[in-house]
Amino acid sequence: MTQYMFSVHHEVGEEMPSGDDVQRMFTQVDAFNQKVTDAGIWVFAGGLEPIETTTTVDATGSEPIITDGPFTEAKEWIGGFWVLEAPDLDAALKLAIEASAACEGRVEVRPFQSE
Amino acid sequence: MTTDLEIERIFREEHGRVVASLIRRFGDIDVAEDAAAEALLAAVERWSVDGVPPNPGGWLTTTAVRKGIDKIRRESHRDAKYQQALMIADDTPHAPTGPVEDDRLRLIFTCCHPALAPEARVALTLRLLGGLTVPEIASAFLVSETTMGQRITRAKKKIAAANIPYRVPSAEDLPGRLTGVLAVLYLVFNEGYLATSGPDPMRVDLTAEAIRLGRLLRSLLPTEPEVAGLLALMLLTDARRAARFADGVLVPLTEQDRATWDPAEIDEGLALVRECLAVNRPGSYQIQAAVNAVHTSARTAADTDWSQIAALYGQLLAITPSPVVALNRAVALSELDGPAVGLAEVDRLDLPTYHLWHSTRAELLRRLDRPDAARAAYDAALALTDNAAERAYLTRRRDEL
Repeated sequence: MTQYMFSVHHEVGEEMPSGDDVQRMFTQVDAFNQKVTDAGIWVFAGGLEPIETTTTVDATGSEPIITDGPFTEAKEWIGGFWVLEAPDLDAALKLAIEASAACEGRVEVRPFQSE
Repeated sequence: MTTDLEIERIFREEHGRVVASLIRRFGDIDVAEDAAAEALLAAVERWSVDGVPPNPGGWLTTTAVRKGIDKIRRESHRDAKYQQALMIADDTPHAPTGPVEDDRLRLIFTCCHPALAPEARVALTLRLLGGLTVPEIASAFLVSETTMGQRITRAKKKIAAANIPYRVPSAEDLPGRLTGVLAVLYLVFNEGYLATSGPDPMRVDLTAEAIRLGRLLRSLLPTEPEVAGLLALMLLTDARRAARFADGVLVPLTEQDRATWDPAEIDEGLALVRECLAVNRPGSYQIQAAVNAVHTSARTAADTDWSQIAALYGQLLAITPSPVVALNRAVALSELDGPAVGLAEVDRLDLPTYHLWHSTRAELLRRLDRPDAARAAYDAALALTDNAAERAYLTRRRDEL
């Protein structure tokens, strides 16, 4: 089994859903979460607060530097993600199709290093 | 005495079979390729003295497996890749009479996986199944060896890291995935048939390789009509190869010397088209093959059954609505109903970046006796193509006005 990260990407300036749309997406995502939990392939998942809440820490120099906001002026940001187990990429892509439909957003699939 | 050249030819012929079975055996493409390369060295040494064994593919596979296992034992202490390969090798007993055909089919689907970039699919397919070397593939696609090497390495790395399966897709996924495989073969063929640029207008190495892979796929999936359709399309197109160029200038279909068309390829292609018609599950490659069957069945250009061709393009347009198909249909209509009707159809299409749209307009404008407009259209077509033979033809036509 390989672990994959399924990250949900948004673009800066993209209009965020509200009201009934959010409710519908929550219901869809809940159903997907239940399904992958029942299948025993759920590792971790979560939604993230908006990108404005980001703090960047850089301890590569002599003194750690703490700054408000993301490291780069990113055009894209991650709204949330799943970590799920799948036997291979084909199975992972099938999960991604369901995940993308559930959260109504683009999903990137990326494998974790094996060790 | 067997020459190195002969051994290389056999190796290339057997490459897909050998590497495909080694990948299943070792679970790693790099390990499989290394082992196959060592087996080639052993073959050059042995066969040049003893001659080619009765089953060269089997000999190469057996030798490569032995070389691979030796190497794994040597390197497993320090290299995780080889350690992993050994683990896979340990629980997969080697079966020399096993489903080797299926291994090549697995390999095709892995090489043409939709998660790989299109240019990487083409390169991997030619490298692993076709047995072409990295320099050969690089020169075929006019990129540097370094670029092509990196492209292939990156693709192999993704296959391993993302765990792209080595498996024939399930019946449910097969039609969609097969479309991707056929697209790769047709892309290789087309790049060979009319090179996008470079000194050679035609790359016989690529067309021959695409046909060889098409035959292989056909033998592996004999009941898929689109596989037969693509093979027929490539054969019927390739059959006209000898007539397509005269002194470096492209010769259009209607002006070709039909006596130089390859009768064996035409017969094979026509038989496949008839088989497809009997199966009656039409698809886009089958219809394009049928169009070419109509062309190759006409004794002279004047005998061409244009109404049949227009009907076939109409059918193709219904399943793949694309302006390029509509352009081909417009050409057939202009033969049936005259250049004014054809031009009206062509002008309705939005293909300003496609050189054949401009050259088709140019030909129709010429027939309508509008030389100035025709000249401008030839110029527009010339600005959009780098193929030397095509350029020579368009220039000649323009200058005849």
